[in-house]
Amino acid sequence: MTTSIISIQDVSKIYANGTIGLSHINLDIAAGEFVVIVGLSGAGKSTLLRTINRMHSISSGDILINGQSIRHYQGQKLRVLRRNIGMIFQNFNLVEHSTVQRNVLSGRIGYYSTWRSILNFFSKADKQKAVQALQRVNLAEKLYTRADQLSGGQQQRVAIARALMQNPQIILADEPIASLDPLTTTAVMNDLKRLNQELGITVLVNLHSVPIAQKFADRIVGLRAGKLVYDKPIEQVQADDFQQIYESTPASSEVRA
Amino acid sequence: MNQLPTQSWTAKWHLKTIIIVLILCGLLIKSAQICEINGSALSQNFSQFFDLLKKMSHPQWSYGEIVLQPIIETIKMAIIGTTLGAICALPLCIFAARNIITNRFITSSIRFILNIIRTIPDLMLAAVFVAIVGIGPLAGIFTLAVFSFGMIAKLFYEAIETIDNGPLEALEAAGANKVQIIVFAVLPQVMNNFISYFLYTLEINVRASTVLGYLGAGGIGVYLQRSLDSYNYQQTAIIILAILVVVLIIDGLSNYLREKLL
Repeated sequence: MTTSIISIQDVSKIYANGTIGLSHINLDIAAGEFVVIVGLSGAGKSTLLRTINRMHSISSGDILINGQSIRHYQGQKLRVLRRNIGMIFQNFNLVEHSTVQRNVLSGRIGYYSTWRSILNFFSKADKQKAVQALQRVNLAEKLYTRADQLSGGQQQRVAIARALMQNPQIILADEPIASLDPLTTTAVMNDLKRLNQELGITVLVNLHSVPIAQKFADRIVGLRAGKLVYDKPIEQVQADDFQQIYESTPASSEVRA
Repeated sequence: MNQLPTQSWTAKWHLKTIIIVLILCGLLIKSAQICEINGSALSQNFSQFFDLLKKMSHPQWSYGEIVLQPIIETIKMAIIGTTLGAICALPLCIFAARNIITNRFITSSIRFILNIIRTIPDLMLAAVFVAIVGIGPLAGIFTLAVFSFGMIAKLFYEAIETIDNGPLEALEAAGANKVQIIVFAVLPQVMNNFISYFLYTLEINVRASTVLGYLGAGGIGVYLQRSLDSYNYQQTAIIILAILVVVLIIDGLSNYLREKLL
């Protein structure tokens, strides 16, 4: 029916306390796109990303990944789905007491049986793969360093290397640069853009910064109060489009491109 | 718009804190009265303390040789007992940690069992095990194992609940299963705490085993009891010094390992 890698169909998410997280979202993302999602804090950006790898379940609607509904995935099927989707977090979420190598290898454990992984039987090929993943983010020399010895930007790039170990088709990045300074911000965004262009990985990034969104995105999607209020390819994006996304009065008109 | 908010006078004068402190002081005084705590009884016969100290101030150094064997036995008992307890506590503490197991029924029932185990007095445990396996260090080992199990499990699950949950989320999002998440994201974060809690329990067990000796559960306690019963305080002094040395060694080891691993 569709060629899109991710198809979000009329998805709503209502939290247990009655808060509306997402409201009737429709969004189709083609393989290889670099999509940036913008919006205020609490607009539902994180929730939307997390419904794609089912870290959050949805209340209604459906989500298709590669044409398959993932809404009711459980157990092994759910783990295989997540294995194919890398995730990057605002706080990097590395195990700080472990070495960079172990952190990167941990991105691969979805491919291992429980016993082989906890006994640390990683194959030579995967250890080599970890080195290559680190080389891709220019951090190979930190292989045996403990993660907490690295700067924030370096930790985020290790997290990208960890996601790469999954051989992901999709990478979800939730505010990946919110804790970084401007210089490392560019390095991390460049890394994500390179993975998108060189490996063809579909990338979805949540951002606060409109200028950075405009610089890196193929397409910008705007959320406000759980609703999709903006969706345009980068060529059509106008500078003053963003007022409507960031406007604080909810009564203002909602435009869908 | 740019006005300072007004503070109620109760908040301004920290009324709540003051009232709580006053209530606590009142409770303390009242409970002292109920328990008939009498300061003069302590001060009247305080000379007894110096008497004892004077007797102990001339340790019978030659007794050290005789004490060496039982103190080593005590250490062995403590190490085996603590290790057994820790090994059993490790899997259980994971099921008691609310950030790992979200099912409140499971965590609560395991915590309840642990509470029961910690309630059983170690002297009673020792008596039971002496009755089961007979007089000797084996009874002491089992006692210490059960005692350490209850204590370590609690310390461990509380340590697990303080960890950063971010890495757990990251691994879950990467398709890891529960066991893999525990091994790759939980254990590395709590290993230091586990080691220091293990050594702390070991230290407590060395001291506890002196009491267990009274019940015939082996170790240095038998000798301590003997020296106290015969008012041979020069020997008591040696035993206390020997225990002090062991406690100091464990403390040093704990500090060293924590520095190495942190």
